[in-house]
Amino acid sequence: MTPDTWDLVQEALWPLLRGTLVGTIPLALVSMALGLVLALAVAFARLYGSAPLRWLARAYVSVIRGTPLLVQLFIVFYGLPSIGLRIDPWPSAVIALSLNVAGYAAEIIRAAIQSVPKGQWEAAYTVGMNRRLTLQRIILPQAVRVSVPPLSNSFISLVKDTALCSLILVTEVFREAQEIAAASGEFMTLYVMAAVYYWVVCLALSAGQSRLETRLERHVAH
Amino acid sequence: MSHTDPSAPVVLQATGLSKSFGDLQVLRSIDLTIRKGEVVALIGPSGSGKTTVLRSLNGLEVPDGGVLTVGDGLELDFSYPISDVHRYALRDRSAMVFQAHNLFPHKTVLQNVIEGPTVVHKVPRDRAVADARELLERVGLLEKQDAYPHQLSGGQQQRVGIVRALALKPDLLLFDEPTSALDPELVGEVLSVIKQLATEGWTMAIVTHELQFARQVADEVVFMADGVVVERGAPATFFTAPEHERTKQFLDRLLNPFG
Repeated sequence: MTPDTWDLVQEALWPLLRGTLVGTIPLALVSMALGLVLALAVAFARLYGSAPLRWLARAYVSVIRGTPLLVQLFIVFYGLPSIGLRIDPWPSAVIALSLNVAGYAAEIIRAAIQSVPKGQWEAAYTVGMNRRLTLQRIILPQAVRVSVPPLSNSFISLVKDTALCSLILVTEVFREAQEIAAASGEFMTLYVMAAVYYWVVCLALSAGQSRLETRLERHVAH
Repeated sequence: MSHTDPSAPVVLQATGLSKSFGDLQVLRSIDLTIRKGEVVALIGPSGSGKTTVLRSLNGLEVPDGGVLTVGDGLELDFSYPISDVHRYALRDRSAMVFQAHNLFPHKTVLQNVIEGPTVVHKVPRDRAVADARELLERVGLLEKQDAYPHQLSGGQQQRVGIVRALALKPDLLLFDEPTSALDPELVGEVLSVIKQLATEGWTMAIVTHELQFARQVADEVVFMADGVVVERGAPATFFTAPEHERTKQFLDRLLNPFG
């Protein structure tokens, strides 16, 4: 590594960290939070909704999972203005990412709810609970435990998917790297640096996932 | 242990219960009367409909026809759709002990027991806890109150299942093959708890394959096959002098399995 390259690495450390802290991480967190709320609604609609609602939920999941995230981002940011709806990069990214993650998370949550044995519903009914109480106090707490590993995977994917938002002008770690790389010509250095930043964030998330799983598994036989 | 008083108030009366799953008719006009303090044992080969009868009494199955009348004048006519209000009212009168215990795995023993009283019946928490501890003490499981279900043996789990049902203070206790899922050496501890309840005067309906137990504990034995009640009677006569050929065959097979 030449001294010039070393200087460039040191200069790029902060812009990339800033891109991670104000772009990548908040984008992923906000999109995941909104996506989970939407996913829960979609999962309930699929499981307990009226026939048209069930159909709508299935169509939603099918469209989201059947189209590329990049295309979804472009439709929101570049497509909507042509029908008069202009949305800034950041909110565009949040809209597309949360709609996207909700499609996958809805299926995870639905499967987790269905994995709770029927006897749990019956036991809750016989102690007098209605369906809402049963879901809230008996079924969902058990479904959460089942869904933590797959939802963590979704979240880690989402963190990496935020890189696509650089293409709709969102300032996040990859866009910072691209700009410095274009100005300096040091593509290899900057893109490897960006990769390291993503990897460190995902390492931290994996550690968090393990801790959460240990906590939730405490009460359950293996 | 016959202690049925024919003048005791009727806790539950079923008339003409019928139920089909698709083309299969599992109940054909079942009549059943349970009086206060009475223990009714439902026996019969698998597929006879005895579990469906029991589940119907708790609203876990909804019959297609027939009438269910519960003690204080609650009447459900299954020829019509049953409202949720009526279904919950029916459930309030009874409590179920399942074959597979169905304890809530994410809650401790104590939390399992107080869940119904505190969440559904709004009993103040400290009173519910005091009641629960007293009941756990009676089945010898007080020291397990903070354990999770998976930390207990099968027999202990089932005793907690019984306590969870008792904590609801039901008019009628329902047992769905309470020992069928247990290892043989654990059956005794569960059956002795149920016998104890019988002597305390609880009203109970029990689906069981344990004929000796049924004989000791029941006031009336109801034998079902193919969705009908074939024969019923006090255990003394039922087991020694059954009237129907089908009953004789069944008893013979179970009491002398090797001929």
